[in-house]
Amino acid sequence: MNFIISILFSGFAVSTLILIPWVGVGAFDLRVLFGVIVPYAAMATFFIGIIVRVIDWGKSPVPFRIPTTAGQEWSFPWIKSNPIDNPRGTGGVIVRMILEVLLFRSLFRNTRLEYRNADSSPRIDYEWEKWLWLAALAFHWAFLVIFLRHFRFFMEPIPSFVHLLDNLDGFLQLGVLPFNGLGVPCVYISDLLMLAAVTYLFFRRLYIPQMRYISLPADYFPLFLILALGLTGVLMRYFLRVDITAVKELAIGLFKFSPTVPEGIGVIFYIHLFILSVLIAYFPFSKLMHFAGVFLSPTRNLSNNNRFVRHVNPWDYPVQTHTYDEYEDEFRERMIEVGLPVEKEIEPKEEPKEEPKEEEKE
Amino acid sequence: MYDGGKIIIGLIVGVGLLLSPFIYDAGKAAKAPDPELTAKAKEAKECVAETSYMKSSHMHLLDEWRHTVVRDGERYYKAKNGKVYYKSLQTTCLDCHSNKSKFCDQCHDYVGIDPYCWTCHIEPKENK
Repeated sequence: MNFIISILFSGFAVSTLILIPWVGVGAFDLRVLFGVIVPYAAMATFFIGIIVRVIDWGKSPVPFRIPTTAGQEWSFPWIKSNPIDNPRGTGGVIVRMILEVLLFRSLFRNTRLEYRNADSSPRIDYEWEKWLWLAALAFHWAFLVIFLRHFRFFMEPIPSFVHLLDNLDGFLQLGVLPFNGLGVPCVYISDLLMLAAVTYLFFRRLYIPQMRYISLPADYFPLFLILALGLTGVLMRYFLRVDITAVKELAIGLFKFSPTVPEGIGVIFYIHLFILSVLIAYFPFSKLMHFAGVFLSPTRNLSNNNRFVRHVNPWDYPVQTHTYDEYEDEFRERMIEVGLPVEKEIEPKEEPKEEPKEEEKE
Repeated sequence: MYDGGKIIIGLIVGVGLLLSPFIYDAGKAAKAPDPELTAKAKEAKECVAETSYMKSSHMHLLDEWRHTVVRDGERYYKAKNGKVYYKSLQTTCLDCHSNKSKFCDQCHDYVGIDPYCWTCHIEPKENK
């Protein structure tokens, strides 16, 4: 698909998603629908979808260990092996997975292929390229911090780790800038970082020709959705404030299964909530499932023990075999008769044994 | 399932973490607190701006007051209804809302906010 069409399609979809609650709550006051029913439906879709997909993945056989071996395999004691990049057992796999999940080590190895003419002869170079890793790391960690900070609206009383995160995240106190715009002293670093990173990840798709070529609406749509989620959140915190005690009452009501829709929450909150609902409902059907999939990636979570542990293919059916030994047993006499070489020439010994048996039978 | 034990344990841990607010909040009365007005505040009937604005954006107003007072020396605020207020947390706001614990802290604690007003300003003494 042409990238312009992809972007237009995704942009149109996200704009529509913003308009739905805007009109729904703003014009028709459907607060119960957008504040209770849609979030519950989205959460149900999210949890059921994730469980179904993970179990489906779990049912896929892994007949052979296929870890990427980015280091020397364990073999002889005098050959130095790499226990993390070519793990022999569970310990190495755990370290590898922790580094993968928390620090995106595979992305760190990202290189860029560069074709150039050096001295009128073509050359291909693999260039250092860490920007994707950096932006991805910034984006995911900022998103996690933002998500955990939101627990001040989800939990009552608020757990202490939320206060800690809150203080750390806002400690620059960017609100005290020479201009008077943001209105609160704690301007969160994670907010700015996430928006910047998502914007970078979007422009990266546009700027690099190969990325532009392989990008589909399924790539742009979640990016736009997360961007819209972040922007509505930033708008709600710094510019179009809403009554957040009422917001927390609504959130806690959802988690206690006694939903209430307090009066006087601005439409921007319902837009934010609706985008979030769409995002989590979209999760199980999209590439966003990588948040569970990363734990199940066989190139990372398997130890490289093919050389010393036998892995039996689970869909193997019993195959009738006829080995050479059996073949020779069957045809030995005739093979000797026509002068073919045989492995065992012990016929003279076998005959006297067989004869007494026959005599006994008689 | 292949490696089913590990996958199901992982799934339970992951889903459990995401569902933690449901477990944490179960059976807790978590009604939003209502800021209490003092007799003087009730008598005045109106604040420097309408209630809905004050509820959602009082921090913005206070921030603006601080900027304009500290940086520009503008000490007077003209409200929408034409009334002029002296821009001061201690002498204007706290004059009516002298009940900090019932008016400020309740909601701030509820949503986990710890404003740093009182690192410079003097906390009102409440008669409890």
